[in-house]
Amino acid sequence: MGFKDILLKIIKVIFYIILFIGAIIALFPLYWMFITAFQLPNEVFSMPPKFIPTVVKKFIPLLLQGDKEQAIFILTESLRNVKILFIDTGLYRWFMNSLIVSVVSTLGILLFDSMAGYVFAKKQFPGRDFLFWMMISTMMIPGQVTLVPMYILVTRLGIKGSLYSVIFPPLAMVFGVFLMRQFMKTIPTELIEAAKIDSASELSIYWKIILPLSKPALATLGILVFMSVWNSFLWPLIILNKDYLFTLPVGLKSLQDKNLVDYGLLMSGASISAIPMFIVFLFFQKYFVKGLTLGSLKG
Amino acid sequence: MPPPRLRGGGIILVKREVILIKGKFSKLLIKNFAEYKWNYLFILPKFLLFFTFIVIPVIWAFFLAFQEFGIFETKWVGLTNFKEAFTGDLFWIALWNTLRYTLTVVPAQIFIALVLASLIHPFSRKIQTFFRGAYYFPTVTSVVVISMVWRWMYTSKGLINYFISILNLGPINWLGSSNWALPAIILMSVLTPPGVGIILYLAAMDSIPESLYEAARIDGAGSITSWIRITLPLIKPTTLYLVVIGTIGSFQVFTQVLLLTDGGPGYATTTLVHLIYNAAFRDFDFGLASAHSIILFGIVLIFAFIQFKFLSTDVEY
Repeated sequence: MGFKDILLKIIKVIFYIILFIGAIIALFPLYWMFITAFQLPNEVFSMPPKFIPTVVKKFIPLLLQGDKEQAIFILTESLRNVKILFIDTGLYRWFMNSLIVSVVSTLGILLFDSMAGYVFAKKQFPGRDFLFWMMISTMMIPGQVTLVPMYILVTRLGIKGSLYSVIFPPLAMVFGVFLMRQFMKTIPTELIEAAKIDSASELSIYWKIILPLSKPALATLGILVFMSVWNSFLWPLIILNKDYLFTLPVGLKSLQDKNLVDYGLLMSGASISAIPMFIVFLFFQKYFVKGLTLGSLKG
Repeated sequence: MPPPRLRGGGIILVKREVILIKGKFSKLLIKNFAEYKWNYLFILPKFLLFFTFIVIPVIWAFFLAFQEFGIFETKWVGLTNFKEAFTGDLFWIALWNTLRYTLTVVPAQIFIALVLASLIHPFSRKIQTFFRGAYYFPTVTSVVVISMVWRWMYTSKGLINYFISILNLGPINWLGSSNWALPAIILMSVLTPPGVGIILYLAAMDSIPESLYEAARIDGAGSITSWIRITLPLIKPTTLYLVVIGTIGSFQVFTQVLLLTDGGPGYATTTLVHLIYNAAFRDFDFGLASAHSIILFGIVLIFAFIQFKFLSTDVEY
């Protein structure tokens, strides 16, 4: 091994250390959120802070020592916030509302965007390019421009405050049409033509050929949409006005307004609302990457 | 004098021809429609949603900006809303805060993304995937959650003050003092890793052909030189994209502000969208809020235009 190789190794180790420290800084706030959520009441504000909560440190040793009572006491104490959240607040309702809204919006977008994307990618008809670019050009408009008119519109439609008012507007997002079109352009046209010769109807071509071939793009779009609806805040904050119809982010805000300094409780709520996205991310990481690169780069 | 019947017959003839032509034309249309029917039907649901929830509201916003909206009566008021927006101090304070936020957060985030991506890229696929995941992880968390955590860390006896007390500094009243509130929000945004930027930079670096680096190596260029001369210019389109979407996003900063400081203390952290939110949904002055949002739209457009002008490239490889 020459001098150059050793130097290269050293540089790689330095890179590695920098990246590791960076990752710790990046992930630390989330770690701290979980820690605070499960600390005992007297630990939350302790100085210096306890970076490993008592329940993690003591639960198993206490069990091994045979002090079952004390172990269970510590466990229930550390889970007290979760209990309060599920019994005394609307957290469970908010969670279910978020789930309903995110799932329905995502399914709707997958259906409508794949239909539109297919036609934009594979068909010729008058007005196609005009319609497509009209949709795409609105992506530059900041969402706040439509906030007030949407509020009036939704009020006049009579769905203000209901879950419909948070399900429908995201369905108009045009990002997905763009993403589906980009992907479907890569499906060979011969497949469609061959199906036509076998006198397959338009609907069955879409349903039996295009959709199955688009599974990767559908998964990508589905995950991105689910994330953006699950996390969306400003519009639900404005339009939802009944506690039992809140989505999680709006519910968390109301929780913070009512319990300004009960950080144990707040961090428990925040943790519970963050967990589903963590799970989705850990299982489908590659689709996040694909979606970002497919949706942004030219060509 | 021609007999009236003939004339009438002529008219009938003309009419018939017109009807014939009309018939042909509509047949043509119908034929075309039959041919393209499925295409339009496939687009229809998306288009109706797009029209209802984007086209109508955008046009409506422009009308509202020139109106005074009331439940019973809506009046045209010309430029009054815009005058009110521009003459009030609040708008300029909000604009200044938003600019300070954008001009620090966007460059800092892009710089961090570039550095981290460059450090990650030389490693094997497995390590790349690990770090990419670690840095993207906080991005999937809602801003509401992240803001709540930072609000907790910024409390007077919170974690941040603990860390700086180790360095013999502070304590700082982060969110309660008008000098520190905005820097605190900026610090939070800078320290939340730019997951999107890292992923896009990595993808861009992957697509640079290895042969370019080999050619440079043969010419005796070191790795730092080829990073500056090859990597940086070739990932410029990604940089442009990140600058534009970063700027658009930062101009709309709101959630962090609402949850951490609610614009305070005083108006130290009021941003443009926070202003729109307050005007529309605390004061219910829809006209003023719409004027604000149109101005925001204009500023975003100007920034995007300037950035395209100065950063766009025609590099091909």
